[in-house]
Amino acid sequence: MNTHDEHHGGHHELTFWEKYVFSVDHKVIGLQYLITSFIFLLIGFSLMMLMRWQLAFPGHPIPLIGGLLSSSLAPNGVMTGEFYNQLGAMHGTIMVFLGIVPLAVGAFGNYIMPLQIGAPDMAFPRLNMMSYWLYLPGGLMMLSSFIMPGGPAQSGWTSYAPLAIINPGQTVWLLSMVVIITSSLLGAINFLVTGLNMRAPGLSLDRLPIFVWAQLVTSVLLLLAFPPLEAAAVLQLADRVMGTSFYLPSGLIILGQPLKASGGGQPLLWQHLFWFLAHPEVYVLVLPPMGIVSEIIASGTRKPLHGYKTMVGSMISLGIMSFIVWAHHMFLSGMSPMLGNFFLVTTMIISVPSVAILTCMIFSLKGGSIRFTVPMMFALAFLPLFGIGGLTGLPLGLTTTDIYLHDTYYVIGHFHYVVVTGSIIALFAGTYYWFPKWYGRKMDETLGKIHFWGTVICMNGIFFPMFIQGMAGQNRRYFDPTAAHHNIPTQPLHIVSSVFAWLLFLFQLPFIYNFFKSMWHGEISEENPWQATTLEWACPSPPPHGNFAKTPRVYRGPYEYSLPGHKTDWFPQNEEAKA
Amino acid sequence: MSTAVAAHPDAPTSGVTNAKLGIWLFLASEVMLFGTLFTTYLVLRMGAASWPRGWDVLNVPMGMVNTFVLITSSVTILLAYVKASEKNKSGFQLYMGLTILLSFAFLVIKGFEYGAHFAHGEFPSTSIFNAVYFTMTGLHGFHVICGIIVNSGLLYLSGEDFEHPLFAGRVEGAGLYWHFVDIVWIFLFPALYLL
Repeated sequence: MNTHDEHHGGHHELTFWEKYVFSVDHKVIGLQYLITSFIFLLIGFSLMMLMRWQLAFPGHPIPLIGGLLSSSLAPNGVMTGEFYNQLGAMHGTIMVFLGIVPLAVGAFGNYIMPLQIGAPDMAFPRLNMMSYWLYLPGGLMMLSSFIMPGGPAQSGWTSYAPLAIINPGQTVWLLSMVVIITSSLLGAINFLVTGLNMRAPGLSLDRLPIFVWAQLVTSVLLLLAFPPLEAAAVLQLADRVMGTSFYLPSGLIILGQPLKASGGGQPLLWQHLFWFLAHPEVYVLVLPPMGIVSEIIASGTRKPLHGYKTMVGSMISLGIMSFIVWAHHMFLSGMSPMLGNFFLVTTMIISVPSVAILTCMIFSLKGGSIRFTVPMMFALAFLPLFGIGGLTGLPLGLTTTDIYLHDTYYVIGHFHYVVVTGSIIALFAGTYYWFPKWYGRKMDETLGKIHFWGTVICMNGIFFPMFIQGMAGQNRRYFDPTAAHHNIPTQPLHIVSSVFAWLLFLFQLPFIYNFFKSMWHGEISEENPWQATTLEWACPSPPPHGNFAKTPRVYRGPYEYSLPGHKTDWFPQNEEAKA
Repeated sequence: MSTAVAAHPDAPTSGVTNAKLGIWLFLASEVMLFGTLFTTYLVLRMGAASWPRGWDVLNVPMGMVNTFVLITSSVTILLAYVKASEKNKSGFQLYMGLTILLSFAFLVIKGFEYGAHFAHGEFPSTSIFNAVYFTMTGLHGFHVICGIIVNSGLLYLSGEDFEHPLFAGRVEGAGLYWHFVDIVWIFLFPALYLL
């Protein structure tokens, strides 16, 4: 039948463009996402390395590249305030929307999830291709704002109104966001249909690997939380382009001049709509990494995960609860304190399932025969570091302590412990873990260990001082911290953070080298290098077009390790039990 | 020729076809999109010192006619689906053609309304009410245009693809979307014109 041939074009010879550029194969698209999002992470990180110079040595010319920057951004190599703000806004935007989400969902989800459920591809392969081809132009559009008159957005990644409506550069940010959001929406629909409809026979929901559960919950969040931001972005775009006043209050005076606008809008409305997306977004950043870590811990400890049902239940309740905690970002925004109480309570409640998941992971280690492979080391590092990130969030969720800590470096420390030492560490773990699946070769262990120790130590070196600075009362977002007298005592900590940030970059070089060298020259990996039980290891590495020669049949849950009486200490999901 | 690879997607685990599940999920996200706009409207209106009565500033009869136009188009697209499932090609083409005509009628009437507003110097920037009115109806109009594109595409494809086993399913998907566009208007009309 014709329909099947157009979906499974492997029967005829594919051209280079069909195979590597406009591919409909989830594996190629997954790797496209992987490489692209790693590049965006590196770009976002580079912006931050520039900002770290300004924070450590405010007013000093940037060494090496300072002279290359245009004189409007950095006269004589000294960064201007506008340039600092642009870097800050773009760092946040790139890292969150173009780096971590596409890496965690677009790359890992795309490549691994269909394999783990025994599917030949995603439910809608062409839609999948379209997601990528919206994401990349959206990302390039975002970057292109650097060379446009007025420069890129400079109102923070949160784009608070009315500042964002007045500041230059915001229009391109909004247009790019609409494109990126559309890409995510298409992806979310595709993931949900695939996960619900394309499971191999016998793979009931209670046998799904945790990673698949994480992707499904994440997709629901993307599906339902992104449209409000899309609407909010359209309204902000209307404010900028059509002269409406959705977020502009009456009687706004800017630089002594009354603003020419009808007024009647509400600046707080933007914050509500933005955080209605952006809080679920935090769980989008965190759930897939949790899934990755769970997979690695199960195979790295050689025992079943502790509390599979608890973990699944916790993930689902995290997903639901994440929609009703958003205003804990806004305790000091001027919204009603009564509302603050409500969000305080929901925030305390949502910490329960997070702690439950982490506890299950830690309990899974008990009595295991742990294999200290590189992915397992990253997964183990995730546990305490993500724990620090989570626990430091509690004082921010309590209104009384938040009054003091709000908008200080403490917040930056907390958030980055969650998404850098949490998510990014887990994404590195996943990269080392599934690399043999992608390329049929292993990554180098020694280089991996150098990367691991360097990365973990540097990340802590960057973010831990921020807790101290925050508790000493240092405000975030300031272009020149030394301008305020009370920041002088903690200024040396900025130098510590900055030096570790630059060192962190150096420690990524062995990773980049390792990645590309192993791609072509790495040690050939056996079919199931980690001796894992889930379905992605039941097909060749890399899997051929269509993945499985024969649709696998699933007989048991995902983590049957060290089953007494079985010949090996792993019992794959698709292996029939001998009577 | 049914290989193992090809057979798999035809047997969805959930019992609902991929396309139908996909459309429903897409509509869920659309509900969130328009839900946000309605919430925005509510918040802005409750916070405003004064808010015009819809019937004082908008043309209620025209809005009313448009409501009936859209409701009728929902009926015709349903009939188009029925004809498609019955493999009645000319019946399908008649009702799908009617649906598209009615959609254009909606846009033309809406265009007259917009034109009258512009002629009176009422633009989105004039007042917060206008901002809400033009943005919400504009986004709805954009959805109508998307619907026209999808429905015209199906009408065009029916020339060759009508016997395709998935064709009726595609019409059903387009129909679900079209009903959604219709329902949004059924909420928009009273919210903007009658409150």
